[in-house]
Amino acid sequence: MISTTGKSAKELLAYYQAKLDEEAREAKAQGKLVCWSASVAPPELCVAMDIAMVYPETHAAGIGARKGALDMLEVADRHGYSVDCCSYGRVNIGYMELLKEEALTGQTPEALAKSPAARIPLPDLIITCNNICNTLLKWYENLAVELNIPCIVIDVPFNHTMPVPEYAKEYIADEFRHAISQLEVICGRPFDYNKFREVRHQTQRSIAQWNRIAAMSRYKPSPLNGFDLFNYMALVVCARSRDYAEITFKKFADELEEKLKKGQFAFKGAEKNRITWEGIAVWPYLGQTFKTLKAQGTIMTGSAYPNMWDLSYDADDESLHSMAEAYTRTYINTCLENKVSTLLNIMENGQCDGVVYHLNRSCKLMSFLNVETAELIQEKNGLPYVSFDGDQTDPRNFAPAQYDTRVQTLSEMMEQSTGTES
Amino acid sequence: MYALGVDVGSASSKAVILDRNRKIVAAEVVQAGTGTTGPRRVMEQIFSKTGLHREDIVKLVATGYGRMRFEGADRQFSEISCHARGVHYLVPEARTILDIGGQDAKAIRLGNGGEVKQFFMNDKCAAGTGRFLEVMARVLETDLERMAALDTAADSPVSISSTCTVFAESEVISQLSHGASRENIIAGVHNSVAAKACGLVGRCGVEGTVVMTGGVAQNAGVVRAVSRELNREILVAPNPQTAGALGAALYAWDDARRERGDETG
Ligand code: SF4
Repeated sequence: MISTTGKSAKELLAYYQAKLDEEAREAKAQGKLVCWSASVAPPELCVAMDIAMVYPETHAAGIGARKGALDMLEVADRHGYSVDCCSYGRVNIGYMELLKEEALTGQTPEALAKSPAARIPLPDLIITCNNICNTLLKWYENLAVELNIPCIVIDVPFNHTMPVPEYAKEYIADEFRHAISQLEVICGRPFDYNKFREVRHQTQRSIAQWNRIAAMSRYKPSPLNGFDLFNYMALVVCARSRDYAEITFKKFADELEEKLKKGQFAFKGAEKNRITWEGIAVWPYLGQTFKTLKAQGTIMTGSAYPNMWDLSYDADDESLHSMAEAYTRTYINTCLENKVSTLLNIMENGQCDGVVYHLNRSCKLMSFLNVETAELIQEKNGLPYVSFDGDQTDPRNFAPAQYDTRVQTLSEMMEQSTGTES
Repeated sequence: MYALGVDVGSASSKAVILDRNRKIVAAEVVQAGTGTTGPRRVMEQIFSKTGLHREDIVKLVATGYGRMRFEGADRQFSEISCHARGVHYLVPEARTILDIGGQDAKAIRLGNGGEVKQFFMNDKCAAGTGRFLEVMARVLETDLERMAALDTAADSPVSISSTCTVFAESEVISQLSHGASRENIIAGVHNSVAAKACGLVGRCGVEGTVVMTGGVAQNAGVVRAVSRELNREILVAPNPQTAGALGAALYAWDDARRERGDETG
């Protein structure tokens, strides 16, 4: 355990991210189990069984941000995956194919050797959940077949109406219990229910700190630069059931509160208007998408995407209904009406003046609803919006100049309506 | 005092100068866009036509695809805001703009004061833009200028169903080899551009007077097709290619007046 007192949140973030990868590699070396997991699948079950966790979506995002996605996408292309499939899936499947080739031949393929991504080990089992899309089912089924390993699926019904009905919670709680029995077989020992309860409490402590950070964007001007959430998200995905996330988020929230007290804001004095960013970040162009906004004095103070990990539930509820509810109410697993009201809340809390919609070629569920969502939201709050074409990890599907024009126009429209034109 | 707006597009460069009374002194177009000698040439051209010099220009605003790379601008504005301002100046009753340029198409809905209420642009694709027409003109062994005239001679326009420029090109080639007349194919090409562009207008919501701008607005065949598609009369902005540069010049004029105070008022 390192001393956290002297470290900044940023340092803690980097430290724990590296540590998680290191732990996974070590587990593999010692013959312990490694599990690849979907980002909003419940980690509580595997963590209770001391299984080392790796998160392909976060790993793919990291590869994208470090400009290494194309190499992996080309491997997936060669294996016949259509460019219409989600690029997280394609990057991960490309990476998996390279790891597999290395394991079979004993030789490291060049694309793997020169990949800027953190090295992760091949999984012994995988766990997925369709609470954010059904791509994650086919993608993981495919991994399981290619690697001949067990695949745990937590099936979560789509919520055509809200609130979540009791029978859906019961069904999902049963899915958890079924996964537990699968884990007992895979691990060859009884499930550790005591540790499971502890892990649920830990998860809630991490989420509480995460929510403290997200809440900082309600201040105007904002001490929190919303794009930072895209970076810190890595730990809410990969370590929410560990204290790594809690420690880091607490530090970051404390730092932000301190800044607020001292009157130090993310954009210094240059915050002119505020937006909600709907959709995943464009990882290969994270810096540029941010800088274009910043050049206009436009700060992101709302995004439903990092908010998907507001997985608050009652950790003492042994029926697991509360936990089931948390894992099914993610806004992209709910009806359009609920999606709209979630976004309206986010805009209101962040005191936003407009919205940027990422029409993400990868993520059909988020993107296909955005056109309708945008219209409904504008009917309700009358705020301007723009949408741009992009992709979270396939750099070929994004054109910087087109993004710049749309974002600059949005700023000009917001200035018209807020009267901040200089 | 003078104010200058320059619109550095993907296929052409445009410049407009306004005098102290906000009257257009000159508007110039060079058919070469960002990354070429176009931006420099359009400036030389407008200065030599007017006998003015850079020092006579109090403020210079750049817009268009190449606005950030244009040196010497005091400010940059997006082409959406500039088209809106330019058109509002020329046709105050305009409420909907359809601008089709070299590589993008945009529909803009204006408020009563000419402000941008909503806009949509084509996605990452050249379908429905000037580039699409250029590619088709080449296959059809004609040029952009003659396409409008040939269009009027069509008696049964073919239908071009591919959205993708490359696929549409092979569709045109196959139509040619099946003996369809050039006139009918050209009318089909114009309909296809109009259909794509009107999709954007539809998303924006068509309101009030519809004005077309951009290089493609000079092609009467496309304008007719748009008018049919929207089922309304379409006004073509005077000197449609320079509407964006005019808007930029109007922003520059505001800045100049602000800087100079009443003196220029
Ligand atoms: S990006 Fe969208 S499609 Fe891809 S895994 Fe995530 S939710 Fe599913």
